[in-house]
Amino acid sequence: MQSRALELLVGFFVCLGIAAIFILTMRVSDVSSIGGSHGYTVQAEFFNIGNLQEGAQVNMAGVRIGRVASIHLDPNTYEAVVEMRIDDQFKLPADSSASILTSGLLGSQYVGIEPGGAADFMENGDSFVLTQGAVILEKLISQLLYSFAGNSGDAGDDSAAGDELFPPAPD
Amino acid sequence: MSTLSRSLYTATTWIAEVGRSTLFLLRILASLPALVRKPRLVVEQLYSVGVLSLVIIVVAGIFVGMVLALSGYRLLVDFGAETALGTSVAFIVVRELGPVVTALLFAGRAGSALAAEIGLMRATDQLAGMEMMAVDPVKRVVAPRFLAGVLALPLLTSIFCVMAIGAAGGYYVGVEMLGLDANAYWSGIQSSIQYWPDIAAIFIKSGVFGAIITWVAVYEGYHTMPTSEGVSRATTNTVVIASLAILGANLMLTAIMFSG
Repeated sequence: MQSRALELLVGFFVCLGIAAIFILTMRVSDVSSIGGSHGYTVQAEFFNIGNLQEGAQVNMAGVRIGRVASIHLDPNTYEAVVEMRIDDQFKLPADSSASILTSGLLGSQYVGIEPGGAADFMENGDSFVLTQGAVILEKLISQLLYSFAGNSGDAGDDSAAGDELFPPAPD
Repeated sequence: MSTLSRSLYTATTWIAEVGRSTLFLLRILASLPALVRKPRLVVEQLYSVGVLSLVIIVVAGIFVGMVLALSGYRLLVDFGAETALGTSVAFIVVRELGPVVTALLFAGRAGSALAAEIGLMRATDQLAGMEMMAVDPVKRVVAPRFLAGVLALPLLTSIFCVMAIGAAGGYYVGVEMLGLDANAYWSGIQSSIQYWPDIAAIFIKSGVFGAIITWVAVYEGYHTMPTSEGVSRATTNTVVIASLAILGANLMLTAIMFSG
């Protein structure tokens, strides 16, 4: 093995390894920042975004029309401000509404947009007027239990819904 | 009473072997600082254990990533959670499969070659010749190979992980073949993999594995019987002992790093 070629090969190997370490350390570079230069930005304020991540999808009728560009907390209203980058080809009516939904039972969360009926469209920097935050499963369950408990109390002994979940305690 | 004495003899031989290998490791470690003045020896060994192992590591990484993505998809799609594919592939590769599979391949590819090379040096009296010329074979032959193995394995493991997760392996199957969203794949990985302990585990584990493999290999080669049968036995022992030691060490390291 000639010494020059050997040095080159070992140098190549070490560079490759360091490049791999770099990629791993940066946790695989952010693709959305490279490909996301097109489109316009709209905002939505949510009282709770659940597990929504930057880079999550923005869907309308199940079709992806953009991505979540950034998420931060408004220090005045204590609401989460979600900035979304929408592709240029999709025009949103000005009174559209945004809600945070979950794909599947355990899937990741995304922003779903319901189109409104207004004639004019949202422009760069506009905000959604109507928003609905993420559904927190624990709150939902506690509300459900609360309503069941209230229901059985009102209707007396012969109510159907509550008694199946909470059989009356033996005297 | 002969069974008792025989088993006692086997036990003492085994304990003596452990002691001898530990002393040998200390000798290697003591001669490492002298390598600063002869980096050339380490570079040559980096070529033979690192560069020559590159192809098998890259190909294995791609295949492992593809298989993980395929079977993970089958499992996750039933729950509608296929967007978690990147996360699950990255978790398995970075925490366990990457360091372990790379180390097993390295033991088979580089460890056996090391043991055979040093064993043949022993069998053909090259090591004795060095001693005659007042050259310490541990310093000249063994220490550079040990250091090169410890340095090369973390680099190889990092390459393996990138290949398994990245554009050729898991990403190709998940995004190009199965049609997942590319950004969901990456953002899932980014949000779930932490630098500590996940990425740091790669370097800690593979550094330990590299030391284990090269230690076993140079010990088996150095203390081989100077016959062709002895060399073949040293090569086999290296792969078997190193593989078992890697799996055991991996269990302990995982318990230490990821149980808290």
